[in-house]
Amino acid sequence: MSDVDTRSMIVELLSAIAPEADFTSLAGAEDLREALDLDSMDFMNFIVALHERAGIDIPEADYPKLRTLDGIAAYLAR
Amino acid sequence: MPALGADMGAGTLVEWLIKPGDLVKRGDIVAVVETQKGAIEIETFNEGMVSELVVPVGTKVPVGSLIARIGEPSEATPAKAAPAKAVPLAPPVSPPSLPAAAPMTPAGPALHAVKITPAARRRAAELSIDPARLSGTGVEGAVTVADVEAAVAHRAAAQAPPASTPARRIGFDPAEMRKAIAAAMGRSKREIPHYYLSHTIDFGAVLTWLAAFNDAQPVPNRLLPAVLLLKASALALREVPQLNGTYVDGGFQPGAGIHVGWAISLRGGGLVAPAVRDADTHSLTELMAVMRDLVQRARAGGLRSSELGSATITITSLGDRGAETVLGIIYPPQVALIGFGGVAVRPWVVDGRVEPRPLVTVSLAGDHRASDGHIGGLLLNAIERLLQVPEKL
Amino acid sequence: MSASVNPTPGPITYREACRQGLRDALLNDPKTFLMGEDIGRYGGCYAVTKGLLDEFGEERVRDTPLSESAYVGAGIGAALTGMRPIVEIMTVNFSLLALDQIVNNAATIPHMSGGQFAVPLVIRIATGGGRRVAAQHSHSLEGWYAHIPGLRILAPAVLEDARFMLAAALADPNPVLIFEHVMLYNVEGELDPAVIGVDIDRAKVRREGSDVSVIAYGNGLFKALAAAETLAADEISSEVVDLRVLRPLDTATILASVAKTRRCVIVDEGWKSGSLAAEIGMRIVEQAFFDLDAPLRRVCGREVPMPYAAHLEDAALPQAADIVAAARGLVHPA
Repeated sequence: MSDVDTRSMIVELLSAIAPEADFTSLAGAEDLREALDLDSMDFMNFIVALHERAGIDIPEADYPKLRTLDGIAAYLAR
Repeated sequence: MPALGADMGAGTLVEWLIKPGDLVKRGDIVAVVETQKGAIEIETFNEGMVSELVVPVGTKVPVGSLIARIGEPSEATPAKAAPAKAVPLAPPVSPPSLPAAAPMTPAGPALHAVKITPAARRRAAELSIDPARLSGTGVEGAVTVADVEAAVAHRAAAQAPPASTPARRIGFDPAEMRKAIAAAMGRSKREIPHYYLSHTIDFGAVLTWLAAFNDAQPVPNRLLPAVLLLKASALALREVPQLNGTYVDGGFQPGAGIHVGWAISLRGGGLVAPAVRDADTHSLTELMAVMRDLVQRARAGGLRSSELGSATITITSLGDRGAETVLGIIYPPQVALIGFGGVAVRPWVVDGRVEPRPLVTVSLAGDHRASDGHIGGLLLNAIERLLQVPEKL
Repeated sequence: MSASVNPTPGPITYREACRQGLRDALLNDPKTFLMGEDIGRYGGCYAVTKGLLDEFGEERVRDTPLSESAYVGAGIGAALTGMRPIVEIMTVNFSLLALDQIVNNAATIPHMSGGQFAVPLVIRIATGGGRRVAAQHSHSLEGWYAHIPGLRILAPAVLEDARFMLAAALADPNPVLIFEHVMLYNVEGELDPAVIGVDIDRAKVRREGSDVSVIAYGNGLFKALAAAETLAADEISSEVVDLRVLRPLDTATILASVAKTRRCVIVDEGWKSGSLAAEIGMRIVEQAFFDLDAPLRRVCGREVPMPYAAHLEDAALPQAADIVAAARGLVHPA
């Protein structure tokens, strides 16, 4: 998947959780939980959606890698 | 018009989901009502044929008003039950999404034998909804694929931005939500003599157990610490039932079950606390599914009347990015509020030595008319004890 | 084998299509010959073989005594020794007198001989009710025959099948029974000039739809198509499947249709209990259970010996209105 596609896929999943957020101004390195005011349940729902969409297992130890758009994109590219 | 919160005075009927001539069963969703806390789905406690819809769409009516007649047209009594009664409905369990080949069975006790076609079960599994909660339009009243897809479209429409769907759910208005919270919390502090207790608990056993448990689970089945806090609190209330119930007419009414209101903050500013019914009877995995479903529906505007106004206790958990302690305000007519702060690593004494340990502070706000500090202390100690043996939760 | 062109272009009847198929067979292969009661001098009970005796002579078009068991047995014998007999049994009602020959000899000899003997026999049988000929002359027993391993059972409904199924049946080295519905002989239409042969393996979707599958064969096909028109006016889209081959059933086509529409009505002129419709329904439940969005429905003959009075016979047979009601009941239950 290209970088553009990855980012728009991530944004699509996040907008189901934070529909009112402005994703155009979201920087790649911003902590998503701060920027979108996500709590642990939101983050969990996002991880589940990511797991289902990308079809990959995501061990809990990897959660810290998934706090930013850049981090998620890098994780998926592995 | 049911009361969907202690301070609700009136509600606006925004959509009818039944029409005269329809047959309804207990638990069927019959209408959508707009309240200060957003759009809520109303379930009927009555069975029978709908004979008349009394209130037109768009009308605001006081709580307790007649809005529809169900049963024989000659019945004089209002079709809707009195506000805020505890109703023995099954807890809302949303099954995790399954591969298309697996047939679904509804988890939890079923209200009545719902007929669901095989194709509808499969579609419901694909869309992660519980087909047993739907009303069916198929042969013999079976839930069909069309019913499942309509329910999902219904939910999707609820998630659409407010401006594009007038006369349908418009989400909640932050100003109105604020007024509702102000009214409820204001009344609580005026009327309820609060006492406060707090207790710091070693959370290490929970985190260790949770890491091992989640490591062995696929992503959708993993648990959050919050689920253990909820279950431990519910089990502790079995030991200290004086804190589970309501204070009405000058006396304490114990709750018929342990229905834990779970405080969910809504984006845009707002708070709802729908009930996780019979929270003490469900497994952690079931509770996690219920909580995820409640959070999603709370944010999307799909909460049901049976979930509001039936809690016997409320829990608020600030989570990792909140403060260490929360000293909350009781939701009337309940008699207690349990609060959990964020988990923080602090110095702690273990076997005579100081060590860094993950700690969580639990607090109790108690209604001094219904209980005393000693009782509150017993509850907090019970919660601590239960959280040291997470595998037994 | 050459296919002959329709000698008189324009509309033809189902009867005429059958006759052309027989004529082709007699022209193309000297080993074929016809046997049956009144097929020669009389021209056939339903006039299907009219003119063939004159054209092909007594050796090729043989009138038989009034004994089904005898002439079907003779047909089996002829087939065993390398001929290609096309036996006509006047109606399925009389075929019962040859049941032992068909079931115990024709169907079994290839198996019992370990393949040493073949029975390339074709039997044409008129079937069905609607002609006011009462209980002993109105059966639809093709479903019974479809129960017998060793036989291939065909039910041509459309003109192209009436015209060309016979050729394919003759090419089949095993016994083939072709059931022609008595109410179809007079049906008129235009043969599709593009069709010069048909298979005898597959069912065919005659009308595509999305709300309900209607499975039918023989005369029932046209009732199903008429029902589909009525349902379309109510915005119910029916998919009509013509079985064409009753044994072996083309389960794949049936299941594909049910997977699409998720509802199914099965039309069968035979009596409901133990019918072919029951077999089809069971296969759907066995193999497409999770595709179903509604129970299955059957529209079958009423379980009475066929009445003689016209209005009673009509009431006893499956009609388009019954198919409409069944389909509607699945798509828009009350």
